[in-house]
Amino acid sequence: MGSDASISATLPHGSAQPFAAAEAIKVEALHKSFGQHEVLKGVSISAREGDVVTLIGGSGSGKSTLLRCVNFLETPSSGRILIGGEEVRCRADGTPADRRQIERLRRSLGMVFQQFNLWTHKTVLENLIEVPVHVLGTAKEQAIDRARKLLDRVGLAAKEDAYPAFLSGGQQQRVAIARALCLEPRAMLFDEPTSALDPELVGEVLAVIRSLADEGRTMLLVTHEMKFAREVSDHVVYLYNGLIEEEGPPEQLFGDPKSARLKQFLKSVS
Amino acid sequence: MENTLGLLALSPPGWGGTLLAGLWASMQIAVGAFGLGLIIGLGGAYGKIYGGPVLRDCLGVYTTVVRALPELILILLLYFGLTDIVNQIMLGLGYDRVQISGVVAGVLVLGVVQGAYATEVLRGAILAVPPGQIEAARAMGMPAAKIARRITIPTMLGLALPGLSNLWLIATKDTALLAIVGFSELTLATRQAAGTTKAFFTFFLAAGAIYLAISMLSTWGFARLERWARRGDPPRMTGGT
Repeated sequence: MGSDASISATLPHGSAQPFAAAEAIKVEALHKSFGQHEVLKGVSISAREGDVVTLIGGSGSGKSTLLRCVNFLETPSSGRILIGGEEVRCRADGTPADRRQIERLRRSLGMVFQQFNLWTHKTVLENLIEVPVHVLGTAKEQAIDRARKLLDRVGLAAKEDAYPAFLSGGQQQRVAIARALCLEPRAMLFDEPTSALDPELVGEVLAVIRSLADEGRTMLLVTHEMKFAREVSDHVVYLYNGLIEEEGPPEQLFGDPKSARLKQFLKSVS
Repeated sequence: MENTLGLLALSPPGWGGTLLAGLWASMQIAVGAFGLGLIIGLGGAYGKIYGGPVLRDCLGVYTTVVRALPELILILLLYFGLTDIVNQIMLGLGYDRVQISGVVAGVLVLGVVQGAYATEVLRGAILAVPPGQIEAARAMGMPAAKIARRITIPTMLGLALPGLSNLWLIATKDTALLAIVGFSELTLATRQAAGTTKAFFTFFLAAGAIYLAISMLSTWGFARLERWARRGDPPRMTGGT
């Protein structure tokens, strides 16, 4: 039952620690091209345990590509990626050399997509227990038990037998977050989690993400919700045209932006 | 009327038993060929989508040739060709010539034909699976084979079933083409009964009724299967045009 306790356990966040927290995610000099088009031109970011790092920027700035490179949904053209200090071993062409390693590392990164991407032919509960039961070999009762706790946490305990198509966008996204949490990930990756939602449904999803931030979960978040980013982030990175234009703590980045492009960007989205 | 019933009686001198034996043979071949076609089709579809250039070209030749030629020619070609090849191999290995049973030959021949069509049906269905479904599985560290089995195939099933149901109905009727190579399936049994008794109308009508019954049962079965496969589909807007 030890695994259950970790759902609600509050990780030390900002508390006095004898040494600097370990780096959960580290990206070094990342380049990514699609054909002739270079989307990322050498980006380095890092998130320590418990950090909420938010990536902002206009469309085409490379923020989603950067996030998708972290768990190798996109194969970086060059650069290094370390998850929990472990470097992803790559071949010369940049593809992961060890299939098992990348699968294991992906399971330590809970990804939440803009379009939810719940499996349509499975019920909410089946979505949550799919990977624990059929990939990790967790006992079904144990997986269901844990899934129900997580559904309860995102406020959807009553929907466990529903198929995703019968839920609202906000409900689907909350299920998707619960599904990612089922793997007890070291960090969460959010790729514009509220961009596909009707405005009145954004709040319920942000509330769930905020509660994860409050309990000290490590997160990499791509979002257009600037007010939210300012409230939950420890560190904000502004990307422009495949490069980091400016980065820093949220108060500084939003309150006192240095770069003209960032000023312009913040004006355009507010 | 009595005469007709007598002709269709299950035990001799009635020919009903012969017809049913023919039906049994037809069904064995149809089920076997459809199953083999599905296996070839699934492999072919994945090969065409994810395979290297050589594999893709080979599969391209297979589906093009098999779908271009009339099935009657294919059956003659494959039936005599396949048995000949098998026997050449057997002789080459120092074994005796083997007699390939009609059912096995029929399943192999029609299975190869079905496989070509199934490749295209399944390829289309796999490509129609929203990429996000597969991406979510990849992001959760599912191995590729498990993604295929647990996510892609169940998701594409609803899209593939209308095409597969067509293929199954074609399989049941293509068994009749095996009459040409002397295999005693339903159509050949019917012809024998009709030829011997001269009651052509009675027997062909009876055979027609049997084929119709198979078709109706199949349609019902596939409709149920499709409803199950599409259990997660969003509710459809109804009414209005």
